Amino acid sequence: MTTTEGAPVVPDFGDDATDRKIAFVCSKGNLDMAYPALIMANGALGEGIETHIFFTFWGMDMINKETQGGLQFSMLGNTAMHMPGQSWHIPQGLGGLPGMTGFATRMLKKQIKDLDIPEVDEFLTMLHDMGATLWACKLSVDMMGLEKEDLIDEVEDIINVSDFMELSEGAQVIFV
Amino acid sequence: MALTTIAGTDIQVDGEGFMVDPGEWSEEVCQGLAGNIGVELTEDHWQVIHFLRKDFEQEGVTPTLRRVTKAGGFPTKQLFTLFPKKPAKKMAYCAGLQKPVGCV
Repeated sequence: MTTTEGAPVVPDFGDDATDRKIAFVCSKGNLDMAYPALIMANGALGEGIETHIFFTFWGMDMINKETQGGLQFSMLGNTAMHMPGQSWHIPQGLGGLPGMTGFATRMLKKQIKDLDIPEVDEFLTMLHDMGATLWACKLSVDMMGLEKEDLIDEVEDIINVSDFMELSEGAQVIFV
Repeated sequence: MALTTIAGTDIQVDGEGFMVDPGEWSEEVCQGLAGNIGVELTEDHWQVIHFLRKDFEQEGVTPTLRRVTKAGGFPTKQLFTLFPKKPAKKMAYCAGLQKPVGCV
């Protein structure tokens, strides 16, 4: 053990270096693909990083009041699918049986809840409270026939790709 | 690990400066820790810090930001005001705990 003389050892919380900026693009509406950006955004905000989240295409389901509570998880197309604690893969054909998507969704939701990770709606409110700015894609809004009122209140605005390019200048962009 | 002097007391800290032994913490030490990172402690700060201490005693791990809001009942926005930019780490530092390991 060493003894420090003079100035105490203090963590560097990087208060002076605050120009880091990150932007996530959420393009998926599957339950398992909704979480990566939310969890990373939560980590970024906790580090004091300016954080933007842009929702486009199926990612719109995450901020659409009608759909955000009903995101699903399917075994189909996921060859990595196996039961928790088991290494054998579930045959793809099983995923197509009636009720399997519901079963897989309930199971994933339970695992997420057991880890005390909030559901998508609560998560987005939390991120907004932490300072994240949420943006909706204009093209997707038009394509899906949506209005601003159809989106959760936390959404700052509906913007086009040019706007996103401008606001993400200097940001690290992560596409999910 | 290193020894550093906080509020006139020798305290064990890790390489970053977080306290290693929560038992060495006291309110006086807390004043020193908060001063080190430019946080002026108010009654609101103390309530949060005491929650962290209590929760650590019960759970054995430093609570994450979400746990402080959910189990402690402190709104997220308030925590960002009290401990700007990096509330989870700053709260843990002031409470004499290691930084939280949970992602959410």
